[in-house]
Amino acid sequence: MTTQTAGTDLVVPVPDGAELAVRVRGLRKAYGETRACDGVDLDVVRGEVLALLGPNGAGKTTTTEILEGYRSRDGGEVSVLGHDPAKPTPLWRSRLGIVLQQAADLGDLTVEESVAHFAGYYPQPRDISEVIEAVGLTEKRRTRGSNLSGGQRRRLDVALGIIGRPELLFLDEPTTGFDPEARREFWELIAGLRSQGTTILLTTHYLDEAEVLADRVAVIARGRVIACDVPRRLGGRDESLATVSWVEDGEHRSSSTHEPTRLVGELSGRLGGEVPGLQILRPSLEDVYLSLIGHDTEDAS
Amino acid sequence: MTTTTAHAAAAPPAPPGALALGVRRIGIELKTFFRDRNSAVWNFALPMLLMIIFGSVFGGQTLGPTGITFAQYFVAGMIASGILYTSFQNLAIAIPMERDDGTLKRIQGTPMPKVSYFIGKIGLVFVAYVAQVTLLILIGHFFYDVALPSGSQWFTFAWVSVLGLISCTLLGIAFSVVPKNAKGASAIVSPIVLVLQFTSGVFFLYANLPTWMQQFAALFPLKWLTQAMRSVFLPESAAALEVAGSFELAKCFAVLVAWTIGGLVLSLVFFRWNKRGQD
Repeated sequence: MTTQTAGTDLVVPVPDGAELAVRVRGLRKAYGETRACDGVDLDVVRGEVLALLGPNGAGKTTTTEILEGYRSRDGGEVSVLGHDPAKPTPLWRSRLGIVLQQAADLGDLTVEESVAHFAGYYPQPRDISEVIEAVGLTEKRRTRGSNLSGGQRRRLDVALGIIGRPELLFLDEPTTGFDPEARREFWELIAGLRSQGTTILLTTHYLDEAEVLADRVAVIARGRVIACDVPRRLGGRDESLATVSWVEDGEHRSSSTHEPTRLVGELSGRLGGEVPGLQILRPSLEDVYLSLIGHDTEDAS
Repeated sequence: MTTTTAHAAAAPPAPPGALALGVRRIGIELKTFFRDRNSAVWNFALPMLLMIIFGSVFGGQTLGPTGITFAQYFVAGMIASGILYTSFQNLAIAIPMERDDGTLKRIQGTPMPKVSYFIGKIGLVFVAYVAQVTLLILIGHFFYDVALPSGSQWFTFAWVSVLGLISCTLLGIAFSVVPKNAKGASAIVSPIVLVLQFTSGVFFLYANLPTWMQQFAALFPLKWLTQAMRSVFLPESAAALEVAGSFELAKCFAVLVAWTIGGLVLSLVFFRWNKRGQD
């Protein structure tokens, strides 16, 4: 690699010796003149939840669909559970779970029939009733797919994704169209799968979702992973200037500093103990994400 | 690089076999087919409806000195059409819908071998055909005095049905790449079937059609299916109604085998799981 984009050094490598579920190096894929993947490097450690963030058209879907064995690639090394996804086998597929966007099939089958049918594809499926219960569709188990609401349909998709007891689960924008309560329940479901050792590659547009669920976050833009780290450190978030604000002499004051603790100590000494209206703000994941994306766009122009 | 790529700790058990899953697919295909109102009406009830309408309007007309009524001639043609409906038309419309609504993408992401999907489709086609043709034969027999096949006619009926279903199933699978989306599928496929029916001796006496139309129809399987089915369901004297003066069963067999091979090649070359531009 001779040229590096400004963001490449924001990709924090996984520790040596970590067991990888997914390893991608220099992945390339073009559609005519459009380079959807232009050298994607990505590691997913076994047992972690990795959130893949990025604007539409950044190469997220192309990357995940190559990993899922749906699309061919033009170049680069890709290994998913130790196997090249360009040569999918039933045994390899039995170890994956895939929840796609925008499915509208299975309208004529009930929830129970669909889950039972797909359970039959796998060598060691989960219990059908337990999976239906876990996604919260027990009351709807005898309802046909076409009569489910959008959120209920999505949960059916998740049920079909996890019925085969996957080692690696792909979730592509799983909570689109969920109400806040359904999202919370879904997050609990994902946390539960993670605690059972399932590796999860999550694609999402919701930064709060990434922050709550993900062990690590990767940001993809213009066909490359431009940053990858744990959410609280992404893009140097933990080292960036903190804004300390307080009230002194009846006035709101604020100061940006690399050493907020020292400043608070000073303030406490000066103001005699408790500092009125004290707040310390770090950039949110969203701030960091937007600046990464923006940075990248500036780079390109 | 000291990181390692994960391998399964213990070798996981093999997924179920292709044949067992194919049988499961047949069950799910049948459930879906008979629950879907569109396919139930268009692929299943329509031939019977047409038979009753045509039979009532033209039923009494006799064809030349043979004493055979047009209704009887038409029943044989509709049974042959049943092959085309339940295989070619059914699959050439249903598969684009499944490509559009995510069915194909979903099952592609599972360990189910692809051949199981086709076993499911073939099973659906055979069951739908047997159910449809049984009803057509019963209607023909009880309302239009069409004799049930006897002796060697059953044998002809069996091989014509099987070869016709296999060739038209393969052609339906291959043709499923032509419609750009689910909406277009029925608009493209239904007129093709209709044109073949008009030119192949289903709605009109084949011998009365213009020669160029006969030659056009002779390129496709339906003309030969109708001719062979007339040998099964009409008395021997009906051979006089054929252009060649006989039912030409050997030729029917040869044409159907040729289309079976052609259908296999076309489906292997052209069938695709993904929507265009998504691979």
